[in-house]
Amino acid sequence: MSEPLLKVRGLKIGATIYPPGEKSRHIDIVHGVDFDLEAGKVLGLIGESGAGKSTIGLAAMAYGRGGVELTGGEVWVNGRDVLQSNMPDKRRLRGAEVTYVSQSAAASFNPAKRIMEQVTEAAIGQGKFSKSDAEARAIALFDKLGLPDPENIGSRYPHQVSGGQLQRCMTALALCPQPDLVVFDEPTTALDVTTQIDVLVAIKNAIRDTGVAALYITHDLAVVAQVSDHIMVLQQGAMVEYGTTDQIINNPREEYTQALVSVRSIKHIEKAPTDTPLLRVEGITARYKGTDFDVLKNINVDIHPGQTLAVVGESGSGKSTLARVITGLLPPSAGEITFDGRTLTPDLATRPLDDLRELQMIYQMADTAMNPRQTVGTIIGRPLEFYFGLKGKAKQKRIQELLDEIELGDGFQDRYPAELSGGQKQRVCIARALAAKPKLIICDEVTSALDPLVADGILKLLLKLQKVEDVSYLFITHDLATVKAIADSIAVMFQGEVVRYGPKSQVLAPPFDDYTDLLLSSVPEMRLGWLEETIANRKMESAGN
Amino acid sequence: MMRIPPAALLGLLFTSVFFFCAIFAPWIAPYGMAEVVGDVWEPSSSEFLLGTDSIGRDLLSRMIYGGRTTIFIATAATILSFVTGATLGFFAAVSGGWVDQALSRFIDLIMSIPSLIFALVVLSVLPTTIWTLIILMGLLDSTRVFRLARAVAVDITVMDYVEAARLRGEKIAWIIFRETLPNALSPLVAEMGLRFIFMVLFVSTLSFLGLGVQPPQADWGGIVKENKEGINYGIQAALYPAYAIATLCISINLIADWVLSRTTSLKGGRG
Repeated sequence: MSEPLLKVRGLKIGATIYPPGEKSRHIDIVHGVDFDLEAGKVLGLIGESGAGKSTIGLAAMAYGRGGVELTGGEVWVNGRDVLQSNMPDKRRLRGAEVTYVSQSAAASFNPAKRIMEQVTEAAIGQGKFSKSDAEARAIALFDKLGLPDPENIGSRYPHQVSGGQLQRCMTALALCPQPDLVVFDEPTTALDVTTQIDVLVAIKNAIRDTGVAALYITHDLAVVAQVSDHIMVLQQGAMVEYGTTDQIINNPREEYTQALVSVRSIKHIEKAPTDTPLLRVEGITARYKGTDFDVLKNINVDIHPGQTLAVVGESGSGKSTLARVITGLLPPSAGEITFDGRTLTPDLATRPLDDLRELQMIYQMADTAMNPRQTVGTIIGRPLEFYFGLKGKAKQKRIQELLDEIELGDGFQDRYPAELSGGQKQRVCIARALAAKPKLIICDEVTSALDPLVADGILKLLLKLQKVEDVSYLFITHDLATVKAIADSIAVMFQGEVVRYGPKSQVLAPPFDDYTDLLLSSVPEMRLGWLEETIANRKMESAGN
Repeated sequence: MMRIPPAALLGLLFTSVFFFCAIFAPWIAPYGMAEVVGDVWEPSSSEFLLGTDSIGRDLLSRMIYGGRTTIFIATAATILSFVTGATLGFFAAVSGGWVDQALSRFIDLIMSIPSLIFALVVLSVLPTTIWTLIILMGLLDSTRVFRLARAVAVDITVMDYVEAARLRGEKIAWIIFRETLPNALSPLVAEMGLRFIFMVLFVSTLSFLGLGVQPPQADWGGIVKENKEGINYGIQAALYPAYAIATLCISINLIADWVLSRTTSLKGGRG
């Protein structure tokens, strides 16, 4: 058998960390990883944040981010151990033999230079192509990646194309020097689902047509199942399981992989709407100060007691603005909100304390939702003190009850937010909301920043609390799997309007309107061949029309 | 166990010596502040360690009492400038809207007048007492603290935890002192060191120009002024206060650097 393109043996990666006020110390990020990648094949690296995926991907270019050291092992590219090579050799490797596509194209492109200049830079700089050849290659790649007006798009600046287009430009950038290996580091994570599917198709076709090998790094198993030949599952810098895509998806051996595959399999039975809704939003129209267009246009939705309304849509559809209007942070220009039989005043400052108390909010980023200088005890204790005047022992007792309720237990009261994990932080935020004994909690993308398994835990907790406390949720999300898991009714938003609204079973059943159809069919499914099927269906539909 | 880097240790050492001398001046100084004890500009001897000044007073005693005056004025003015500047800055940032606009433009207006000229004009009208100096310097410098405090607080008030507090119905005092202040503390503490240094230089400048601390009260700027002619004859007397000012400023700077590096951390920090 011929030598593989990329051969990694016993790769060990460490980093030096500098905790303030303490001595710096060394930690291991990757503990001895082995794998091979044949020319023209795609290997998916999957794992949660901190699993070492990106670090391994960068090591294929013999590179470590600031403070990271490649401490041991071998990385062979095209028969050379690149960890041992000197700086000029490494420079010849990067951008010529191995290239890299990062998660955020917007942050990676230089805003002051035209796209063409940046796409051809490595190809020309490495001396692989002349300027005219490289530009011809770039235009061919733009065309292959499905970018509009491939002849001229290169003369635009990065801010003049959309996020999905820029991500495809970045793929063109990586493919332009005709490399042997491309490292894709979460290339579609920052995109909306309907854009993600286009980029995925473009990447997959480009890999197939150019015969390049790829390392595809992502935390989304359903995505990696569509593009890779083999998958390696990583957890905390060590390999958990390695196999063909078919085996990992359909027949996972390790417990951890099984958990990843079966994520979001929560079953939630939809409740029937009641006669009197808890919250009624009627004809809400809103715009931000100093702008001349409506972010929300005539929104009408109800939330029933003890039930969940999921508001779903892409970024910019007005989901979070709806939350701001309901909480009173953004007074609407028209419309009325009724809460528990009372009409809510449009402005937060004029609402009575009980209205504030009964309507709580949980945020996407638990990090910024908690004051880093307050302990968990203070964070949860403040609403108790503020709304109910609890003090001393009674307050302590109630804080502990709340901590038990969110399954954290003893010893958390004196901790600071920085001493908690991502999932624990979000739980503390839930406890803070619960402390006010609310009737409605607005959850704004509360699971989006969390790893899939942790997010599952949070969703289960929210469902449990709904049963115990009989609280209603307004659940804002862009993730349809989450919606399926917890909603009773669904409102689909698109460009500031509710385009589809009703009980979950109706909203998720055909016949669909065009947008809901596009949205639903764009969510990657955890099976092989989903991408091809969806694209084929879409082609048939458009041919039928 | 907290580890103090050597530079900060040096800073702490010198600063404590200065503050110790300032506080216990009457017990440490070998002679009285305004006591004429020898000839004009006597060289240093076992009797007068730093020699005598332009009218025959012991220079070491003048330096110690002068340090007491200078450090007292600088400390009081720094405290005043921080209390005023930080409170107004946070208030502007948390209130936003026209309150912020009005306050910020007013502060810009004051800052557009050079503070030394402003001080000279005011001091030529008002009676020059220590308290006038403190209030004038404190208020003038609070404009700079205002700018910093407002800038830091604007970043903090957009955080979700501040929004969460607003949604809870908290009053502005809670948002300023409980949500904003603890998170703005480390840049403010570091700035405090720098403002203190500026105050020392400012009061010394005013005294040197004759509008600051009035004789026979000793202060470092005044000692330079009284003895500046001596430099022509090779007399060191005017240089000692200059050394003292430089040493104090560098020491405080070293401490401020350490405070800033210790409390600015990704961990959030408890400091």
